[in-house]
Amino acid sequence: MSGRGALAGRLGTLTSTGIVLAVLAGAVVLGTVLTAVEGRNFFSTGNLRDILTATSVLGFIAIGQTLVILGGSLDLSVPFVASLTGVVAGGVMAGETGRVVPGVLAGIALAAAIGLVNGLVVSLLRVHGFIATLGMGLVISGYIASNYQGNHGSAPRSFRMIGISFIGPVPVSTLLLLGCAVLAIVLLRRTRLGHHLYAVGGNPEVARLSGVRTAVPIVAAHVLCSVLAGMAGLLLLARLSVGNPTIGSQGQYDLMSIAAVVLGGTVLAGGKGNITGTLAGVAIFAVMDNVMAVMETDPFLRNVVRGVVIVAAVAVYSRRSIGRRPARFERPGVLDSALQEAK
Amino acid sequence: MSTSATARDTTRDTARGTALPRHTHGVAGRMAASVSTPGGAVFVLVLALLVATIVANPTFGDPGVLIRFLGRTAPIAIAAIGQYYVIVSGEFDLSMAAVIAAQVVVAGNYIGDDTGRNVVGLVLMLGLGALVGLLNGLATTLLQVPSFIVTLAMMLALTGLVRYLSGGAADAPPNDAFREIGRGAIEGVPVVDVIPYPLLILAALSALAVWLMRRPFGRTLLAVGDNPAAAHLSGARVWWVKTRAFVLSSLAATVAGILLVGYAGVHPTVGQGYEFSAITAVVLGGVVLGGGRGWVLSAVAGAFAIELLFTLLTVLDVDATWRDTVRGLIIIAAVAFAARAWTVGRRTSGRARRTTLSDPSAPPTEPTSGTNTGGN
Repeated sequence: MSGRGALAGRLGTLTSTGIVLAVLAGAVVLGTVLTAVEGRNFFSTGNLRDILTATSVLGFIAIGQTLVILGGSLDLSVPFVASLTGVVAGGVMAGETGRVVPGVLAGIALAAAIGLVNGLVVSLLRVHGFIATLGMGLVISGYIASNYQGNHGSAPRSFRMIGISFIGPVPVSTLLLLGCAVLAIVLLRRTRLGHHLYAVGGNPEVARLSGVRTAVPIVAAHVLCSVLAGMAGLLLLARLSVGNPTIGSQGQYDLMSIAAVVLGGTVLAGGKGNITGTLAGVAIFAVMDNVMAVMETDPFLRNVVRGVVIVAAVAVYSRRSIGRRPARFERPGVLDSALQEAK
Repeated sequence: MSTSATARDTTRDTARGTALPRHTHGVAGRMAASVSTPGGAVFVLVLALLVATIVANPTFGDPGVLIRFLGRTAPIAIAAIGQYYVIVSGEFDLSMAAVIAAQVVVAGNYIGDDTGRNVVGLVLMLGLGALVGLLNGLATTLLQVPSFIVTLAMMLALTGLVRYLSGGAADAPPNDAFREIGRGAIEGVPVVDVIPYPLLILAALSALAVWLMRRPFGRTLLAVGDNPAAAHLSGARVWWVKTRAFVLSSLAATVAGILLVGYAGVHPTVGQGYEFSAITAVVLGGVVLGGGRGWVLSAVAGAFAIELLFTLLTVLDVDATWRDTVRGLIIIAAVAFAARAWTVGRRTSGRARRTTLSDPSAPPTEPTSGTNTGGN
């Protein structure tokens, strides 16, 4: 990683995760000021709890989405997986504490099976991830609409505690989220599977020629993504205490999770990015939402702000990722090579 | 398997001077060759679905009923034409539904009861559509933000802005003269009884699209979608070609919105899900996500295939709630088929291309992404 500093001055020494974290810090500072102007304390325990609670559902899904996007695919079926897991697990639990474990296992197993199908369709049938998971999402949404009208099942009190209990100012759900994030980081940085995932996402053909079984990391990423979406569904079940068949699509978790991942500096085409950035991306969304809620911004205007922030942030990253390539890997710019030809 | 052999011959033919094999066969042979491609197969699918629907419900075969069905399907087919331009250039447009929703509100709130504002309103709506497309295109090409993200952000921003300004939805539907565009028809035609205006508009836009795709713009658009770097080296202004594709897409969404106001009114959910429906139709028409391949009329046929499928399901008394499931299965199956079909004829050239890709003098797309990241 030498030569990086020479390329682009002081800014160039920042990794893109560094920028994301800087943006997050900026958002927090701005949030503190704006909240103070409204006469409130941004760092009050209640407010921090609100922010952390708001991050957890999107956080789970975004971690899974990061894995899939790193592998060069996409997952648009996550909101439906979350809804389905919620209603199925709620149905199995049926309000009895003794059936929490079977309920959770049933939900997670179902989510994993859906992820497995997604992964196999993407890797073996060579269907674009966008279409495969869009189709899978439609399949699940049709199934849900046909079989679950209205809320279904109920979560026992013991399970609901996951959604509402705190350790100090930190919600239990946030701790679970951080646990999953650490596992995902270890997977990506320390295991062969993780390295293969980066390789396949960067260039599947080169990965294949280097002896990587390209299907394995793709399938694994899809399974993990669906399982994490299932966990988000379980968390929603714990919060609502009933399984709501439309909770996932209401939250627009498919598009918002992709936006959070890209906001976190991961390249949409795959092969480049990390979990820390994604968590920061989710946190940026949460801080923005929180500040706008405190300022009582019109809920419709909030979406306008979100849209502008996403494009602006990603525009900054995409400029940088071109400027920051180490010299020996640098792809000659189209213009440069044309000039060389001319000489 | 004569058809696949024909396709193989076609791709092998790179030598100059010899006639293209597809032209050496008779009309029947050429038809068979094109039907074996995904873009041709969708027409067979439409025909099969039409026959199945008519068998299940003979009244559907009545010309008057059929033409009304075609008129009803026109908005989604027009949206598919717009989405085609963007997809074939290698991008996505997720902002379509938001554009439709915005146009519906403009039609309701600006035009309203005032017949005198109809023409100005139409110009305003088309201008707004072009502006949205321009913003999408410029953010994608000049700011180099992936179009998926740009148009997603545009969807959020536009929906938010429209709802903020209008307080949620349009006040009232526009006047009947304006709505006539979407629900009117030429009356008293022999055989088919009526010809709905939306169908005429669809026919005009389809003809325009075919003409456009044969113009330098269309050829460049396909080249840009196939390989932007090569297109750039050949002198194409990639950013401007792609930007125009986005403008066309938003304009198509605008036209779809104008038609939808006619018979669906100004309900805030009008046009919901149109972006994914249009993408589905385009993909079902054999157009490859990632760009560079596909015929615009196949995308239109894709839209008709989906609507026919829904009609068939209704006729067969399948619950409407299962529609999504069937649609999901169909698009996965269609794309899986297309992935095979495009490779059947191209296996040899695919291998040849692979060897050129590993040639360092020919940089493939994104060669270094991922090689210089250290993980977390």
